[in-house]
Amino acid sequence: MALDRSDVEKIAHLARLQIDEQDIPEYTQNLSNILDLVNQMQAVDTSDVEPMANALDAVQRLRKDAVTEDNNRENLQSVAPAVENGLFQVPKVIE
Amino acid sequence: MEWEAVIGLEIHAQLATKSKIFSGASTAFGAEPNTQACAVDLALPGTLPVFNEEALRMAVKFGLAIDAEIGRTSVFDRKNYFYPDLPKGYQTSQLFHPIVGIGHIDITLEDGTSKRIGVTRAHLEEDAGKSLHDEFPGMTGIDLNRAGTPLLEIVSEPDMRTAEEAVAYVRKIHALVTSLGICDGNMAEGSFRCDCNVSVRPKGQEEFGTRTETKNINSFRFIEKAIVGEIERQIDLIEDGGRVIQATRLYDANKNETRSMRSKEEANDYRYFPCPDLLPIVIDEDYIDAVRDSLPELPDARKARFIEEYKLSDYDAMVLSGDHNLATYFEIVAKAANDAKMAANWVMGELSKHLNQNDTTIANSPVSAEQLGGLVERIKDNTISGKIAKQVFEVMWAEGGSADEIIEAKGLKQVTDTGAIESIVDEVISKADKQVAQYKAAEPDKRGKMLGFFMGQVMKATGGKANPGAVNGILKKKLDALCD
Amino acid sequence: MFDKTLAELAQGLENGDFSSVELTQAYLDRIKAEDGKYNSYITVTDELALEQANAADATRAAGNAGAFTGLPIAHKDIFCTEGVRTSCASKMLDNFISPYNATVVNKFNAAGAVTLGKTNMDEFAMGSSNESSFYGPARNPWDTDCVPGGSSGGSAAAVAALLAPAATGTDTGGSIRQPAALCGITGLKPTYGRVSRFGMIAFASSLDQGGPMTRTAEDAAMMLNVMAGFDPNDSTCMQKDVPDYTADLSKPLAGLKIGLPKEFFPDDLSPAIAQQVQAAIKEYEALGATVKEVSLPNTGLAIPAYYIIAPSEASSNLSRFDGVRYGYRCESPVDLEDLYKRSRGEGFGPEVKRRIMVGAYALSEGFYDAYYKKAQQIRRLIKQDYVNALNEVDVIMGPTTPHPAFKLGEKTSDPVAMYMEDIFTISLNLAGMPGISIPCGQTEGLPVGLQIIGNYFAEQKLLNVAHQFQQATDWHKQAPQGI
Repeated sequence: MALDRSDVEKIAHLARLQIDEQDIPEYTQNLSNILDLVNQMQAVDTSDVEPMANALDAVQRLRKDAVTEDNNRENLQSVAPAVENGLFQVPKVIE
Repeated sequence: MEWEAVIGLEIHAQLATKSKIFSGASTAFGAEPNTQACAVDLALPGTLPVFNEEALRMAVKFGLAIDAEIGRTSVFDRKNYFYPDLPKGYQTSQLFHPIVGIGHIDITLEDGTSKRIGVTRAHLEEDAGKSLHDEFPGMTGIDLNRAGTPLLEIVSEPDMRTAEEAVAYVRKIHALVTSLGICDGNMAEGSFRCDCNVSVRPKGQEEFGTRTETKNINSFRFIEKAIVGEIERQIDLIEDGGRVIQATRLYDANKNETRSMRSKEEANDYRYFPCPDLLPIVIDEDYIDAVRDSLPELPDARKARFIEEYKLSDYDAMVLSGDHNLATYFEIVAKAANDAKMAANWVMGELSKHLNQNDTTIANSPVSAEQLGGLVERIKDNTISGKIAKQVFEVMWAEGGSADEIIEAKGLKQVTDTGAIESIVDEVISKADKQVAQYKAAEPDKRGKMLGFFMGQVMKATGGKANPGAVNGILKKKLDALCD
Repeated sequence: MFDKTLAELAQGLENGDFSSVELTQAYLDRIKAEDGKYNSYITVTDELALEQANAADATRAAGNAGAFTGLPIAHKDIFCTEGVRTSCASKMLDNFISPYNATVVNKFNAAGAVTLGKTNMDEFAMGSSNESSFYGPARNPWDTDCVPGGSSGGSAAAVAALLAPAATGTDTGGSIRQPAALCGITGLKPTYGRVSRFGMIAFASSLDQGGPMTRTAEDAAMMLNVMAGFDPNDSTCMQKDVPDYTADLSKPLAGLKIGLPKEFFPDDLSPAIAQQVQAAIKEYEALGATVKEVSLPNTGLAIPAYYIIAPSEASSNLSRFDGVRYGYRCESPVDLEDLYKRSRGEGFGPEVKRRIMVGAYALSEGFYDAYYKKAQQIRRLIKQDYVNALNEVDVIMGPTTPHPAFKLGEKTSDPVAMYMEDIFTISLNLAGMPGISIPCGQTEGLPVGLQIIGNYFAEQKLLNVAHQFQQATDWHKQAPQGI
């Protein structure tokens, strides 16, 4: 299955990845090859097969509703690139 | 042309759990920024979610209350998009297998008619954090305290045709979630939020028109205004030859208008898929039965009981049962005063008037139900008149204190001592020769109306504290004696 | 001292032959002297290691030592370590000092283990050669022109080069077993849900599983004793008792039924590999096992299904790396979109970007049923193959990899060729069952790995089967030349 440049640009935008202009042809080729590989799946009839999300078909365990975490802001924000007055900073978002 | 509006609503109710839906951080409102955002909420690398059992129980409660199908197996999906208040880059939600399936509620309109509104589904998801745009020049600040607060998103069928129906629906859902104790219902703090999908079509047409979604509406009054305004805007647009563009709009309460936020034409591709960090939630009949047994009285049952037990009118019962906190408040007042009718009048009258004037809610009322009950009790036992009671209420609202304390401190106790009233009546009569002469001259069946003047004089002399019934009797007796 | 296994070192500490501080210092000195050749460590934690070693010696002096007290190990740099850089071999996390510990790290710390450092790996565990590391590739101690395998290549190289007696690894499509095979060590991927994933930076959540990388099966059992067990912080971690994995090691293998799937011996399998694996099977027969052919008919679908599921989950798991709360942030972003796109574009390497894009594409509107759902259905078929086969036999055996270690750069230009190196390991992650790779021979001076697969939670059986082979042979004792 062949993707073209605009497909790759669209996907890169969806995934918020800046891709260098000169790398687009290689990505396009790589991604097309990978899609060819995965498309081998389409040869198999799986219409009666229940999709498997977890190998053990396990079910969700429930947590008690209790507050177990204290304020740990100083520690957690020590690795943040930009913090002011306890708020994470990003370039102005316009709605 | 005659137009018809089609309205569907999405309500986001924050569930009243202590901790978040997938972490052990507190959900309390109003903390310092990011002090209630733990490693999981911040989506630190390697962190994983574990589901809060109380969020599940609350969602099932809601499903049972609207007579809905409960998902025996429900699954969390990831809704992928980038936004700074969404730390993981996806919102954990339920698309394919929600916890609550098709259900319905009945709404009652002003004219007494009722209508059934379908609920398509209700699903569990996590709230996002908050973006603060005005704190720093050129920058947006991100507070993730709210991130991970459990939400129940309740999606209606497009069954509503007027703003009145929409508001009745929202009020009913609000009454339900607050009665169930699964949401505090605080709209100002964002615990209960509503998005309105509105479209218009020529009356009689089958297919729907293009709809807009209005977000960010945080009071019942604004919901009504926003919908009314949006319907008008769409009709005007079409009648002027334009067309409605599918878009998300924001309601601006200051201008009372909606404005376009983003066009759906560059729609997001959310790439939903089942969250591999969480497993299917499987619940059985026993679980559902146990939740059903724990359900409190719901608004419809409460209304019926108010009519039966307190002999309230249909209207009073509807208003009082329509808000969980109001209903609970009323019952405390009624029991304390031992007079349901008088309690209803005070709650729906003086109290509601003050709440509205001060733009506050019953949950934040400065006068507690116990205080008001004590006040109504003093009217009932003739300690004070209804008129004095309003003065006491004003003091109570402004300064606090029990009815007895205020009556005592301000000397407002009603005078019921007959001897004392008689001497005041004698004095009033002795100073009103002209009015006494007119009374005497009047036909006996007209004299009743003429008591008003004397009554007023007595009340003035006693500062309103004389028992009106006693004054009336004594006045009549004494004046009639002068006529013989 | 460096040729001693964990079990032997534990004995040495117990006997007082050396202290944990002496042992730790010796390893730190050796890493400093030798790791320039292998690049197996991203971060060496000298200070922390000596602090932990001192504490371990004190614990021992107080008479409170346990089986693991004072034993030095290395952690794959995918496990979060509080106060220590946890990079996942990515520029994205080059500046990330984790504010918390992974559950696995906590368990080792509680057991008294000493952390020597954090090992090299493929960036975000995406790769089979360790060449996608931001810190440069780790090298195979058997031939430093060759790759050590991946993604846990640094752990494998460190253990093979005697720069750590044992290390942790993670396995999403073969990332423990394949480098173990290529470096001639023992690597166990436990049953999905046996070891907590909390604090182990997610690549593909439904496939990732942490496990031990050691020189012997006995050491792997000692490691798993510490690593395995329930964790309330991981919804996918199973609530199941943890046996003593060393208890059954000595059980004789008489009567063991071995299944050989014909799909694991395809015509184009390297003859040298086939020969070494057949010889190992013969050894098992000599130990009393019987052999039978079984079939895993959907094996050929494993790579296609994997390359949908893993990138899809990864594309979503890696969305959190956005330059907002931690990690790499681009210089002077002009707006939010610029912040996202450049932070991610500059912070991730090409293989990570490739997989994120494959995943984003597979999940995008209109493709879900044809890709993700289809892959999940095939996953069930693959699991069923294993369940059926394991109804007939106790364990399944075959080669771990189709080739021995390949040269650096040999496969970097063709991602699909690289993916095919995982052909024998990948299906097991889809099925969720445990597998172990042990050295079973050599070809042209490079090790060959034998993969042994068992049923869910049959780690004890796998370790027993592997240990008995290692009692009868000495492939696991072979060291690369010059080491």
